[in-house]
Amino acid sequence: MYRTHILVCGGTGCHSNNSGKIREAFEQQIKEKNLQDDVLVVGTGCFGLCAVGPIIIIYPEGAFYSGIKVEDVPEIIEEHIIKGRLVDRLLYHEKALGNKTVKSLSDTNFYKKQTRVALRNCGVINPEVIDEYIARDGYQALIKCLTELDPQQVIDIVKASGLRGRGGAGFPTGVKWQFAKNQNNDTKYVCCNADEGDPGAFMDRSVLEGDPHAVLEAMTIAGYAIGSHQGYIYVRAEYPIAVERLKIAIAQSREYGLLGDNILGTGFAFDIELKLGSGAFVCGEETALMTSIEGHRGEPRPRPPFPAVKGLFAKPTILNNVETYANITQIILNGPEWFAAMGTERSKGTKVFALGGKIVNTGLVEIPMGTTLREIIEDIGGGIPNDKKFKAAQTGGPSGGCIPAEHLDIPIDYDNLISIGSMMGSGGMIVMDEDNCMVDIAKFFLEFTVDESCGKCTPCRIGNRRLLEYLDKITSGKATMQDLDDMEQLCYYIKSNSLCGLGQTAPNPVLSTLRYFRDEYEAHIKEHRCPAHVCKKLIQFKITDKCIGCSACSRKCPVNAITGEIKKKFDINQEKCVKCGQCIATCKFGAIIKE
Amino acid sequence: MKSIADINEIRAKMQAQICLRDNSDMEKEIHIIVGMGTCGLNAGARTVFNALVDEVETKNIKGVLVTRTGCMGNCADEPVVEVHVPGKETVKYTKVNAEKAVEIINNLVKA
Repeated sequence: MYRTHILVCGGTGCHSNNSGKIREAFEQQIKEKNLQDDVLVVGTGCFGLCAVGPIIIIYPEGAFYSGIKVEDVPEIIEEHIIKGRLVDRLLYHEKALGNKTVKSLSDTNFYKKQTRVALRNCGVINPEVIDEYIARDGYQALIKCLTELDPQQVIDIVKASGLRGRGGAGFPTGVKWQFAKNQNNDTKYVCCNADEGDPGAFMDRSVLEGDPHAVLEAMTIAGYAIGSHQGYIYVRAEYPIAVERLKIAIAQSREYGLLGDNILGTGFAFDIELKLGSGAFVCGEETALMTSIEGHRGEPRPRPPFPAVKGLFAKPTILNNVETYANITQIILNGPEWFAAMGTERSKGTKVFALGGKIVNTGLVEIPMGTTLREIIEDIGGGIPNDKKFKAAQTGGPSGGCIPAEHLDIPIDYDNLISIGSMMGSGGMIVMDEDNCMVDIAKFFLEFTVDESCGKCTPCRIGNRRLLEYLDKITSGKATMQDLDDMEQLCYYIKSNSLCGLGQTAPNPVLSTLRYFRDEYEAHIKEHRCPAHVCKKLIQFKITDKCIGCSACSRKCPVNAITGEIKKKFDINQEKCVKCGQCIATCKFGAIIKE
Repeated sequence: MKSIADINEIRAKMQAQICLRDNSDMEKEIHIIVGMGTCGLNAGARTVFNALVDEVETKNIKGVLVTRTGCMGNCADEPVVEVHVPGKETVKYTKVNAEKAVEIINNLVKA
C-alpha cells in the first residue's frame, strides 16, 4: 500500500516542458532508494495552471510544486519524501505558508472560485488506468442507466438538467437526443466532436488527456438513450497525447466489457471508433465533420435535413462536443436538480475556459455560468502582467467577438454574450491589453478564416478575402471612410449568405471590434496612426535626444538602418528600417521610441 | 469481461488508495506526524511509520492523516510521534516502536 502519491502533470502544456522526463526521474530514483512500495508516481491530466508548469503535487500533504526541472527531483525525494520537509523554494508561491503547513489547493486564488465538473478528474487520476477512473465513481452512471432507467428516463434527466451544447451554439442537449430517439431506424450513430480548432482553445484536449473514460461512458449512455450501437470520436491528429490516451481507454473498456456486444452482461451493445482529422477548421462544423468521417473531403452541406434525422451515412445521428459529454455522467449520478442549481436562468452548470493572452495565470479554468468576466480575469487569472491596462477579452475564437472593459461585470452565459456581440464559443478566452491593436486582432482572426474556408460557397470563399483586403488597406493607412462603410455592409452580406457556421460567423471579429473600437479604425484611416503602435506600416522608430551614441542599436540592427558617430546622436534610415523592434530592446537608455 | 459486481469491487479497492489525494477537509482531520530525520530513521521511525499506516488501513479509520517530518529536536527520544486532534492539545509520544504505534491508534479509536 502506498503512503505517498506523487502526481506529475502529463497534459500537453507540462509535457512540452519536459514533465515526461521528470516522471521518469521520479520513478527511477524512487526505485534506487528502495521506496517503490511506499511511493506511487502518477502521471495525470492537466491541473489547469499551465502558466507555472511543470506542476507536481505530493499527497497526503497536498504540496503543490511549480516550475519543476529534472534537476530538482533528487532534492524533492531527499527532503520531502524521505525527511518529510517541504522544499520551500519550489512550492507554488501562494502555497508556501510557513514551514509545516500548506494551504489546501482549493484555497488558492486560482482554484477558489472554480467549480470542477467536466474537469473533476483532470489532475486527480491517472488517465491511463481505468481502475482509478472507476474509483472516482466511473461507470456508475452507465450502470445506473442500464439497470435502473429506461432510455426515455435518461433523456428526461438530461433535458431537466438544462445542459446546453458546449461546442458553442448552445443547443439543448436533451432536445437533440430526443429528436434522434424519435427517429424510427435500426441504425443510428453517436458522434463526439473533438475537432477543437479555435486558436487558443484547449479545453477539449485537456478533458481527453485527463479523463478519456468520462467521454466514452457518456457516449455509451447516449447510445443507450437514442438506440444506437456505434459511436465515433472525431479527434484531430495534432493532439497526439489525447489520441494515445483515447486508444488506451478504448482498449481497456473493451477488455472490461464496458464496450462491446454485451456490456456488463446487460445485453446492450455499443462500440466506439476513433477517426483522426487532419486539422481543417471547417471539420469542426457538424455536417462537414460527418462528411469527413464518411471518408469524403470535409465540406459542409445545407441543413435541414438535420443530423438527428439524416446525419452520418444518412442515418439519424447525434453529435456532441467533448465537454458536453464530460458533464453527462455527473448529471446522471447527482441528478438534474444538482446541475440546474448551478448557473443562470437559461444557462445551467459550468463552463471551461482556456485563458490565454495577456494574463498572469494562463491555463484552464472551470467556472459556474454567471461568473463575471472580471472575476475570471482579475481573481482567477491574476490580472494583466506588467501593470498594463485591460483592453478587451476575445471569446468564441474566429466566430466570436471582443468584450471591452465596460462589460467586465456582465455575468457570463450564452445569451448575455450574444447580446454584447460576442459568443460563448467552445471556450477560448484571449485577454488583450493596451498594447494590442484591435484592427490587427480582427485581421488576425480573418486571416485564419480565409485560410480555413473550405471554398464550397462563394460568400465565404470570396467575401472573406475581400474583407481581409479592406483590413489590409486600413492597417496600411490607405483606406477611406467610404471603405469602412462598404466593409461593414460586406460583413452583413457574408453573415446572411454563407452556407455553414464558419462563414456565417467569420465577420464577427470585425463587427464586434467595429462596435466597440471604431475610434481605432478611424485613427488608422483619418490620421494614418495606429494607437497601439502595432501596425508596422503606420509606425516609425525614432531616436530621441536621450541617445548617448553608444552604437549598441546600430550593431544589433539586422538591416544596418541605424548609423551615426560615436558619442553623438544616431539616426534611423526609415526606408531601410523593417520595424523589427530589436533596437528598442537593445537600448539601455530608453532613447528609441515608436510613434 | 467484468460484471457489475466486479466493477463495484474494483471501485471499493481503488477508493482506499485514491482517497489519499483528497485533502480538501484537512483542517478537520487528525494528523499523526512521525519524526523522520536521520536520528528518527536510525532509531526505527520507518517501522513505526509503516505500522501506523497499516493500522489505520486495516481498521479502516477515516479522517486520519499520517505524514513524515524532519527531526523534532528530541533526538535522544526518537522515534517521536506527534498526534494532533482538532480541538485538543497536541500529544507527543517518545521512543515509539511498532507495538506502541498500534496502541496509539487504538487509543485514538477509543477516544
